[in-house]
Amino acid sequence: MNSQKLALQVRKDVLEMIHRSHASHIGSAFSVIDILAVLYTYILKYDTTNFKWKDRDRLILSKGHAGSALYAILAEIGFFNKSELDTYYMNGSKLSGHISHKNVPGVEFSTGSLGHGVCVATGIALALKKNQNKARVFAIVGDGETNEGSFWETILLANQYNLDNFFIIIDRNHMQAMGDISQVLETGNLDEKIKSFGWNTLTINGNDHKELLAAFKTNFCNCKPTCIIANTIKGKGVSFMENQLLWHYRDPQGEFYEKAKNELECLDNAK
Amino acid sequence: MRNNLVEIICQESQKNKDIIFVTADLGFNVLNAFYEKFPDQFINVGIAEQNMTSVAAGLSLEGKKVFTYSIGSFSTLRCLEQIRNDICYHNLDVKIVALAAGFAYGALGMSHHATEDIACMKVLPNMTIFSPCDPIETRAVTRAAIQMKSPCYIRLGRGGEKNIHENNEVELNFVVGKAFPLSLGNDGCIFSTGAITSEAQIAVKELRKKGYHLSLYSFPTIKPLDEDLVKQCALIYDFIIVVEEHQINGGFASSIADVLSNIYEKHATLKRIGMKDQYTSLVGDTNYLRQQYKMDAKEIIRVYMENKI
Repeated sequence: MNSQKLALQVRKDVLEMIHRSHASHIGSAFSVIDILAVLYTYILKYDTTNFKWKDRDRLILSKGHAGSALYAILAEIGFFNKSELDTYYMNGSKLSGHISHKNVPGVEFSTGSLGHGVCVATGIALALKKNQNKARVFAIVGDGETNEGSFWETILLANQYNLDNFFIIIDRNHMQAMGDISQVLETGNLDEKIKSFGWNTLTINGNDHKELLAAFKTNFCNCKPTCIIANTIKGKGVSFMENQLLWHYRDPQGEFYEKAKNELECLDNAK
Repeated sequence: MRNNLVEIICQESQKNKDIIFVTADLGFNVLNAFYEKFPDQFINVGIAEQNMTSVAAGLSLEGKKVFTYSIGSFSTLRCLEQIRNDICYHNLDVKIVALAAGFAYGALGMSHHATEDIACMKVLPNMTIFSPCDPIETRAVTRAAIQMKSPCYIRLGRGGEKNIHENNEVELNFVVGKAFPLSLGNDGCIFSTGAITSEAQIAVKELRKKGYHLSLYSFPTIKPLDEDLVKQCALIYDFIIVVEEHQINGGFASSIADVLSNIYEKHATLKRIGMKDQYTSLVGDTNYLRQQYKMDAKEIIRVYMENKI
């Protein structure tokens, strides 16, 4: 399956998961799906039959509230049975709203409180260097998450230790829980800020698979960590959810569910 | 105590290259003994305790045995959620070290006093809590923590403490979760943990001069607690004096009280020596503060004399 097809299928999966469970964060999941689809299709080394394979690339979803997207990707590529997705957010399920590693093959680490996963990823990258393991570490962070002080603590450290095996992708959908980033806490030019901390930076369209692929394949030929600022659209893929904060919270039911489903079907037919 | 910790970590790091020592920019003139010998096993993350704690979790996920190191509330309360979510929930091989338990940093002020850390660490599932009273216990708990693969909290005083134990038997026979007698007697009982045990020991010696022979037990492990010993003593004595350099709410004495609440027979009451739901706003050295907040040998003697039959 190519990354476009995977992304579309995952959007359909996530719509079903959130519709069925009445969970939230569909907008956050839709904004990050293209990033995950490109990573899992073309970039990450993994083995679905041996999840703890020591040479695998490590991916940490620091914005744990988009867990539905990662669960769906992992199921689609065969880490576990797709029927598990039907249990998402339900009593007795393994799949909690925020990403959980417990008994979920393919998930490296449980997150949910922001500003944790990205720092854990730094520790993994440091240990891989010490172990002379060539695997790489990818941490996906929300742009709202960069409000957390710990994010900047780890940006400093990864530069200090020249962690060129470490990649942060900022899913920059320009919104956070209470409103537009610019109105809540302006992050300004993240590219310049992070570059000034010694990092390689790239700013791209984070819903464009070609741009994502090119970014992931960029070789900076230096010993520095890389941050990809991926400009995305919150709710990407369903017209009435796009850039609408309401869909950070609301679960699609009734006509909204039908309309979203139809739009995703139309995208499928258009391909 | 900090030098004894470093001494043992150095010994073990010789054999175990997976030991990584992470500090949040603390340990000038103390940690050089480690990083000069093991530069590849040492990381200074800068003054960033939250990142230190999550980075330790990441290192441990890749098979490292990690120590984090800072002053009392900096390595515990400042990064409490990182300890909860990243280390304890994932049950990782990380040892959190806090210096300056209680008033060890005396006149530096309230920010540098650790008087709520036991309570906050104790409530976390998977966490083992060590609180050694002297260099001998420090060496023992450090070795024990290294042998364990789960999260541990090691609460230390500072440097230069004298041994309270008369010989290194504790070091040889150390068992996680066991208390050790410093003296035995039938006239009363004291439980103590950490560096403040020196005050309890002075009290026991003074009382002996007056003809009262008390038992004094040191608890180098607070969690798991030596419940058998607590129950045994609770059935022998009318009251037990519990000494800790910490808030009496939620600390060591609270753990003892939890055990007593499960005893149906008539049992001892507790007389708690510790911080009584207040902050340390007075300025002074460790001894001065212990005296002002009624946690010194004199107070222990007073409490004993007031309650004895």
